[in-house]
Amino acid sequence: MAIKASELNTAAVELHGISKRFAQSARRPFGRRKVNKEKLALDQVSMHVDTGRITGILGANGSGKSTLIRILATLMTPDAGTASVFGYDVVTQPDSVRRHINRVSVEASFFKEMSPWENMLYAARLYGSGGKGTRARVEGMLERLGLPLDTLDKPMKQLSRGQQQKVAIARSFLTSPSLLLMDEPTTGLDPRSKREVQELVRSIRRDRAATVLLCTHDLEEAEVLCDHVLVLDLGRVLAEGTPAELIREHAGEVGGSLEDAFMKLTGKRLEEDEEAKDE
Amino acid sequence: MIGTSLRWELNAFVGFIERQKNLYRRYWLWEAVWLLYNLVSVLSIGYLAAGLSTLGLTPGQANLHQTQLYLLVGALLWTYLSLVFFEIAFAITWERWEGTIEYTFMAPIKRLTHLLGISAASLIYGIARTAAIGIALIFFFKLDLSHANWLSALAIFAAATLPLLGLGIFTSVLPLLSPEKGEQMAFAVQGVLLLISGVYYPISVLPAPLHVVGILSPLTYTLNGVREALLHGLSPAGALPDIGVLLLMGVILVPASVWCFNRAEVRAKRLGLLKRSG
Repeated sequence: MAIKASELNTAAVELHGISKRFAQSARRPFGRRKVNKEKLALDQVSMHVDTGRITGILGANGSGKSTLIRILATLMTPDAGTASVFGYDVVTQPDSVRRHINRVSVEASFFKEMSPWENMLYAARLYGSGGKGTRARVEGMLERLGLPLDTLDKPMKQLSRGQQQKVAIARSFLTSPSLLLMDEPTTGLDPRSKREVQELVRSIRRDRAATVLLCTHDLEEAEVLCDHVLVLDLGRVLAEGTPAELIREHAGEVGGSLEDAFMKLTGKRLEEDEEAKDE
Repeated sequence: MIGTSLRWELNAFVGFIERQKNLYRRYWLWEAVWLLYNLVSVLSIGYLAAGLSTLGLTPGQANLHQTQLYLLVGALLWTYLSLVFFEIAFAITWERWEGTIEYTFMAPIKRLTHLLGISAASLIYGIARTAAIGIALIFFFKLDLSHANWLSALAIFAAATLPLLGLGIFTSVLPLLSPEKGEQMAFAVQGVLLLISGVYYPISVLPAPLHVVGILSPLTYTLNGVREALLHGLSPAGALPDIGVLLLMGVILVPASVWCFNRAEVRAKRLGLLKRSG
């Protein structure tokens, strides 16, 4: 749903002191009592995202990126602090927030036996359309994304991961969100699909004047795509700025990269984290 | 404004029915297997009653026929009631399996629309599947329904819809709150309903505590009423007490279950439980 003129002057996203803890429980071996631990996923996070920009959130696994996205998607409530999307509070005005957002997550959320068309029709219905002309719109969108039209009626499970991710992006376009939450949309894609998805993200801002919040592991991707980047580690924002600013202030040497800046700030390399995850 | 909102919600309501229809179609082989399984179960109950005569338990042919009819009506109704209950109670579990739970819960629609949409699809599907089994029964057994009062039976059947939805929505709270154990608990609830609601016997044969719980089950009144209407021609006026109890239970259970679901959703969002399995 397109934003109103009055909402254009409002920040797309505004967070003040957001904190979130999770209780973790595990059974002791051969025992019946549970061991309860608490994990702090977000620690007093504040941020401001301007309308119409691509803002990247960089962080390793467990840094709190997905928790942040889930709070903005109204799927989770924070323990402390306030979060708003175009001025609407995510806890007290979730219906208004939901009309403005859509989400593309690392795992494509589809009914796997249903076809792209059936999944997109379902999405269209949930977002107030789905009548005559929807099929033509969907076909046009998929064609633009380079998906062969004969995939439209095949079960989703028969599509490659790259194709599924393109359908996920097309589905989010269908609902015309003002804020698109993208949670590692290119993770696990082959280089070609990755480039195509990145080009799509660019086109969202160019053609639709939408705001994009992009969580990513990929520093190169963040450098190329994002107007503004936040570095998140252990639930805290360590630094923010344009990629050039972060490199200049934190990379520490001439010709440094965003990866150097990230390492300097967190003491970690994202590749190590990815390798650990794969193992 | 109200008209626009209503249209928006109606559109989503249709979306849920359409989605379920597509899922049934895509999983047609499983649906065929379940249909066969249900049919075989009901037929087995029918032949069990027919076989009683071979065990020397025959006080009179009429009684045996009545017993068979009694059991078949119970088995057929249980097919319907348990299917609708299952479809509603497991709607959340299903979305967890598919990985779409987050997408559905972040959609800009009322939760009531979501729940009613799933319920409506379940009712339509439940009626269609039960009707198919009912038609098959006619070919397998010589059913004497000459005394049946179909109007009363249909009225009780319709009145049972509301409390059935309420029970299903109540039970769907379990998988919402407990991704690991909720599914098992929901199955347990279904099993208890089978035991206490007089599907194959009058609840008077149950031990006192179970009998009391049976009185509180809306399925008891549904089974009782429909049986009386089909076997003994209960008149519409005579069916009114059962219809009244069922409507009263529905009026209490549906809003209470939706309220409970909304509270559970708030808790699930606080604990971070609105996520896919695996």
